[in-house]
Amino acid sequence: MIGALNHKLIRDIWNIKGQMAAIILVMAAGIAIYIISFGVLDSLKLTRDTYYDRYQFANVFASLKRAPEAVKERISEIPGVSVVESRVVFGITLQMDDMNEPGTGKLISLPDGRSPLLNNLYLRSGRMLHPNEEDTILADESFFKAHHLELGDKISVISNGHHRKLKIVGVVLSPEYVYSIAPGALMPDGKRFGIFWMSRRSLEASVNMKGAFNDIAIKTDRNANLELIQERLDTILKPYGGLISYPREDQISNFFVTNEIKQLESMGMIAPVIFLSVAAFLINVVMSRQIATQREQIGMLKAVGYSDLEVSLHYLKMVLLITGFGAIIGLSLGAWMGAGMTKMYTEFFHFPILKYSFSLEVMIFSVFFCTVAAIAGTLLAIRRAAILPPAEAMRPESPAEFKVSRLEKIGVYQHLSFLSRIILRQLERRPVRGLLSALGMSLALSILVFSFFMEDSMSYLMDVQYDETQREDINFSFIEPRPFRALEEIKALPGVLTVEPFRSVSALLRFQHYNKRSSITGLIPKADLRRVIDHNLAPVLMPQKGLLMSQKLAEILHIGVGDILQVEVLVDKRPTLQIPVVGITRQFIGTGAFMDIHELSRILDETPKISGATVKMDPNQGMALYKKLKQIPAIMGLNIVSILRKIFEDVMAENLLKMVSTNIMFASFISFGVIYNTSRIALSERGRELASLRVLGLTRREVAYILFGELGIITLISLPIGIWIGNALAQGMTASMESELFRIPYYIKNSTYGYAVLIVLCSTFVSFYLVWRQVDQIDLVSAQKGVE
Amino acid sequence: MITESKISYKTSDLKKIYRTGETEVHALRGVSVEIPCGELLVMLGPSGSGKSTFLNIIGGLDTPTSGHVYFRDRDLASLDSHQLTLYRREHVGFVFQAYNLVPSLTALENVALVTEISLNPMDPLSALSAVGLKERAHHFPSQLSGGEQQRVAIARALAKRPEVLLCDEPTGALDSETGAIVLRALMQVNETYGTTCIIITHNASIAELAHRVMHFVDGDINRVEVNETRKSPEQISW
Repeated sequence: MIGALNHKLIRDIWNIKGQMAAIILVMAAGIAIYIISFGVLDSLKLTRDTYYDRYQFANVFASLKRAPEAVKERISEIPGVSVVESRVVFGITLQMDDMNEPGTGKLISLPDGRSPLLNNLYLRSGRMLHPNEEDTILADESFFKAHHLELGDKISVISNGHHRKLKIVGVVLSPEYVYSIAPGALMPDGKRFGIFWMSRRSLEASVNMKGAFNDIAIKTDRNANLELIQERLDTILKPYGGLISYPREDQISNFFVTNEIKQLESMGMIAPVIFLSVAAFLINVVMSRQIATQREQIGMLKAVGYSDLEVSLHYLKMVLLITGFGAIIGLSLGAWMGAGMTKMYTEFFHFPILKYSFSLEVMIFSVFFCTVAAIAGTLLAIRRAAILPPAEAMRPESPAEFKVSRLEKIGVYQHLSFLSRIILRQLERRPVRGLLSALGMSLALSILVFSFFMEDSMSYLMDVQYDETQREDINFSFIEPRPFRALEEIKALPGVLTVEPFRSVSALLRFQHYNKRSSITGLIPKADLRRVIDHNLAPVLMPQKGLLMSQKLAEILHIGVGDILQVEVLVDKRPTLQIPVVGITRQFIGTGAFMDIHELSRILDETPKISGATVKMDPNQGMALYKKLKQIPAIMGLNIVSILRKIFEDVMAENLLKMVSTNIMFASFISFGVIYNTSRIALSERGRELASLRVLGLTRREVAYILFGELGIITLISLPIGIWIGNALAQGMTASMESELFRIPYYIKNSTYGYAVLIVLCSTFVSFYLVWRQVDQIDLVSAQKGVE
Repeated sequence: MITESKISYKTSDLKKIYRTGETEVHALRGVSVEIPCGELLVMLGPSGSGKSTFLNIIGGLDTPTSGHVYFRDRDLASLDSHQLTLYRREHVGFVFQAYNLVPSLTALENVALVTEISLNPMDPLSALSAVGLKERAHHFPSQLSGGEQQRVAIARALAKRPEVLLCDEPTGALDSETGAIVLRALMQVNETYGTTCIIITHNASIAELAHRVMHFVDGDINRVEVNETRKSPEQISW
């Protein structure tokens, strides 16, 4: 049977249901974000770790030109190395019938007669390869699905200069390609980039690698010294054209997965704290008011024999009930959105299974933190109820204390109307509460600024990348560097308007004790298609001597303009060079060093060569050009920039839209919650006073001015604070996401601030309207008697 | 019926001083008095004379600065907060000028609020019947007149079968007709259940209902009058 006190509890909550609803929504948002972040995080982490473990994902990788199989034995003797798998990996051009433009891909060898020791494959459908099977392959799932292929279909490729038809017998996933992107791209494009696996013997034969390998994967012992192993490995592979080895954390697929996990962790730490802090503040305000208005009831309860503890528990129950509702909604919302987010991840991350698991632990923690926040927010108010002596409780509350403020003493109020003075004195009387309300509003605004910043900065990144830096329509690389005269052949292709060469050379860059595996790109002096830009986005002319370096690379190497960089070239003659750094450039995607292409040839002591070219084409002859390019066996990697851009924009649009919509919703919860509760409390505290003013003859509008003037000032104060916090969050995000692969520019449009402020003001006006309706309905007579 | 051999309250040199900053207010200046069980006692006096302070102390709502106050043989001044709560719960019923009903509870629920924590309560509906409000049991305070609300408050106080009923200006907010009804209810409680009733009032006419009248002036009892004959509520002039 529900006791009388519990009846009171339920009806009291119902009486302030609007305010409670606002608080519950904010709480629910905090819980939901926690569930989404850590729920999805747990799923991702567990899936990743299990997948890597079960399918023996390697932890050191290296590519080289060519080494005999016997070299593998030497590698396996390095202390700390437990498993070595040698492979043949080759780039191919794809000639798909359902695509006008050529695609690119990789052929990777599979050992004959056994499963790979490392980077094993998960078979999704079909079968694995039979030993020595010719012209049959396994295809990665995203490519297979993107082209609506079926098992048994054949695809046309150009491999090592030869046209071939390869039959797909199985569809697989690999831990090496959970996130699979083509060289030069940022987003996965299953249609234009495919990974395939072929019998080792068959691939060796087709690319002239019999008894040799050009790629190595290594598993080390648990506590092995990775640096030492890599050092020994590089030494062994150097004579065979080895590029510097890299650990798992630098492996591209793993990098993206790990980065995403880090982002989720950050989101899970920060966002719920914001929401739950706001909820705690709101509960404090509402419960303080409840306890203040129920002073006499509290006194009566104590007078008839309820103990301090029983009275405290009564109000604590109210807090717990609110938290309970918030938890139910938050958990449901979190589970639903978490499932949606996991589904979104399956589009990018190719795990055998990625299921959203609703972890009990995450649920319990989220509810626990929410409850702690709510109770912490109300403890003081409940304590006040507990220690209130019954005799004092039943006396009327003394009038609110006011005194002459500092502002008033210096004459600020002199020229203000009485109504304005009422507003300002009220604010000065409770500065902490006013500031906290402003802070709550500003958090809502900051969330919006931050969300829109993501869109602005991505859009800016695209504009800079594709309008200022990478201005070509197509770029492609050759399997092997070609002589300069190849440019003439390219110029002669149909639809080619402009062509510019580039020479790309892998190198180990050293400065003092810092080093980085990177590449040096040679460009023509007045390159227009592939440009290097400075911090003002102005194109930088290629210097005759010395090299330009991207800001990020310079930071990694702790090098500046005027310093001499040691360059250990990793290809051909592998010279070690000393080259001065003559400029620092801006680069959002990748890190690189650039110099004049002819100077590069000179210091490499080679006849001028090109690694590839960038092309501006006549859009009306695109088909013809693609057809020709498809047939050129020397071309390895080809990118159509407009497609890269479109994929990036589409993915960003879809995912950012979801994120921004969600954040608008959550920010609205906060701003509405704060302003509605603040205005309702203000009405409750001052209803009698406002009714008295109405009785005295003030109009509704003048009374509204007093009530909403205070709230309006709080809102105005919150705007610059919110913008400042939003900027800080954006800068924090920019710093936290900075990596060698890409940097997010810190860029916020002025209109963004406008939109964010507009959304907050809309929530504010809705709250004002709802409270205004209640102001309108104040019974002037009852209010005078103190009846609420 | 007064049981003179049993004393409800005995105070000795009871003092209460309120301190606000450097100001001291002597609300009680050494009150010594005995109140027998079953008495209907009226306390008269101007505002600030100490009557409410005295009532709050003997009711366990406040503690004296010095002196003793015995409920039977227990010195209330030596009880801690928890013990005072139990004392109020088990022995004292309160009726306040402002009724102090919980607005979100019905009349019946307001009475049940007290019976749920009492050791030997009446049935809440019986308590309401005793004050003639059985038909209004499911009405909220906002649906009741002032007199009805006060009678619910009396039912609430009565429902725990208290030995003492302390009433602070129970008719202060009521008109004469309603006030008479409320006083009739209080007298019935005193006569039927033998409950010691102590009533604070400004209205000197109400003193004519009492067994004894104590006049408070300036924090002490100025004089005590015994009513040889008592009037009924209908007979007093308002």
